[in-house]
Amino acid sequence: MRPASKARSRRNWLVIAVPYGWLLLFFLAPFALVLKISLSQSALSLPPYAPVFDWSDDFRAIVEKLQALSFESFAGFFNDSLYVDSYVSSVVIAAIATLLTLVVAYPFALAIARSSPKVRTILIGLAIAPFWTSFLIRVYAWITILKDEGLLNHFLMRIGLIDAPLGIFATNTAIVIGIVYSYLPFMLLPLYAAIEGQDQALLEAAADLGASPWRAFLRITLPLSMRGIIAGSLLVFIPAVGEFVIPDLLGGSDTLMIGRTLWNDFFVNRDWPAASAAAIVLLILLVGPLLVYERVQLRDEKVRA
Amino acid sequence: MARTHSLKFLALVGALALPAASASAQQQQKPAAPERTVNVFNWSDYIDPKVLEDFTHETGIKVIYDTYDSNEMLETRLLAGKTGYDVVVPSATFLARQIKAGVYQKLDKSKLTNIKSLWPDIMARLAKYDPGNEYAVDYMWFTTGIAYNVQRAKERFGNKPLDTWDIVFRPENLKKFADCGVYVLDSPEDLFSIALNYMKLNPDSKNPNDLRRAADLLGGMRRYVKKFHSSEYINALANGDICLAIGWAGDSFQARNRAREANNGIEINYVIPREGTLMSMDTLAMPKDAPHPEEGLKFIDFLMRPEVAARNTSITNFANGVITSRDFVDKDVLGNKSVYPDQATMARLFTVTGYDQAVQKIVTREWTRVKTGK
Repeated sequence: MRPASKARSRRNWLVIAVPYGWLLLFFLAPFALVLKISLSQSALSLPPYAPVFDWSDDFRAIVEKLQALSFESFAGFFNDSLYVDSYVSSVVIAAIATLLTLVVAYPFALAIARSSPKVRTILIGLAIAPFWTSFLIRVYAWITILKDEGLLNHFLMRIGLIDAPLGIFATNTAIVIGIVYSYLPFMLLPLYAAIEGQDQALLEAAADLGASPWRAFLRITLPLSMRGIIAGSLLVFIPAVGEFVIPDLLGGSDTLMIGRTLWNDFFVNRDWPAASAAAIVLLILLVGPLLVYERVQLRDEKVRA
Repeated sequence: MARTHSLKFLALVGALALPAASASAQQQQKPAAPERTVNVFNWSDYIDPKVLEDFTHETGIKVIYDTYDSNEMLETRLLAGKTGYDVVVPSATFLARQIKAGVYQKLDKSKLTNIKSLWPDIMARLAKYDPGNEYAVDYMWFTTGIAYNVQRAKERFGNKPLDTWDIVFRPENLKKFADCGVYVLDSPEDLFSIALNYMKLNPDSKNPNDLRRAADLLGGMRRYVKKFHSSEYINALANGDICLAIGWAGDSFQARNRAREANNGIEINYVIPREGTLMSMDTLAMPKDAPHPEEGLKFIDFLMRPEVAARNTSITNFANGVITSRDFVDKDVLGNKSVYPDQATMARLFTVTGYDQAVQKIVTREWTRVKTGK
């Protein structure tokens, strides 16, 4: 091998090492810790589970402790419908919210992509502007808007559209509104990127051939933006399934979501193994849609190549 | 006490994430800056803020003050270890369990000069959780009862008194309040013991069947309850967002005071139901790994000073554990039978012990069933 190519291959290796190192440190290592806790037993001690591995352990101690690990916490899921109910309810709420976010974000993305470059910068800036304020405070603001004595109900009653408060606050509707609002930019930006890159000449050609704007949209713009739709939907859906803050603040006490069930296991029952096991199952369930996305992307790239 | 919702929640989340980092940062800075600090983790709205300033003014010790609104939040942090806090305020039932887990250090009584002014009756009740009163002293004690909007209650019940658990446990009564908003503490320990007592069972029962029966009774409230939450009801009552809450005495009177300050025409009252209710105690304790034990003891001693304890009680409407402080407590607060109950009421107050791991899982599961129906 010539020295130049050797140096290049070393450089390539370094470039790859950085993201892999990142994943190892911030994804795999914490995952291993959580996995280990999920196989432990809860105990009234510091920390509240056993066994605890120690740097000073000799080989025999490590083997003994490894033997103490078990899948008991995972078995717990099948004895109680609570976990399945929580998962299902989380997925349903997240799916509805993702769909609504898409419906709201698409016209926005289209408008941004079709405006002049100067206006475009301003519009994108506006879409990202809410990030300058804390997420918590923005969700809190929705309480003031949605509650029975809040801005929305006062306004609707003032203009005579309703006689009694709508009672949105502390319901699943409020959670969906909160998710749509909070995650809108995550949908908007991939959509914008997908639409903006499209060749305008295609639409002109469609018009020349007699297609109505709506037909041109359905046949050209929408299919070409599918990657943006999938990326945006995943970016909204995945965190929304595990969302805790929005249901806690805007939802009612009867809202069952996996985030809250995890919270109960962890904070109320002090059962870290059960909470960790639930987290791992959640992760496995969410890896599914991610793999689908990955395959779609790969196929896309192959088609292009 | 003009604290808002959002600030409180931020404090809570901040408490979860930041103090360990900030505490360790302080330790690192120590050699450079000889400034003395004490890290305190207390319930939200549970102190006269000026007391903290006065402590710093008098001793030169800076107070790093964080807040939480549930025992579970505190316990999780304590069990994870290395909280960086010197003084924490667990409720007695949680204290007992945490002592067993080895979370706390014994208090050096020789450093607590005000220990002689503690209330013997309260400390005796506390000894049930902390035998010999070795690890903790009482900070405040209080009851769980019914807080309500006086006008709304009058519209529904006329002049009938609301001092009975029938109001919340009989659906035909609670139904009348559903349209104006009902909140219930998200605290299974309070609600299960109260329900058990209402059903004439032992409020301290750990029998799964008893707990299930209590859950059936509590679950009857769900249709009419807007939210189960342990701190939002203060502002919700004061704003008129809700008209009835199962809440803690001091918090309910804080709601009354906030409504008065806002001058919004809302009058809040709180009653101890005549069937009797749970008496709870919050205590001052020091984690084993407290980074500033000396300053922590100084802070605890300061809070036990009769004049200081009285100021905290006057502001929070929670009775404190220092008997001689009663000479300094605001006359209205001292005369309030719901804050300082008379002997006959005191006799009807019960205390309960904490749940062990197995019972806790049953209670949490049943409580989820109460709240969600699933």
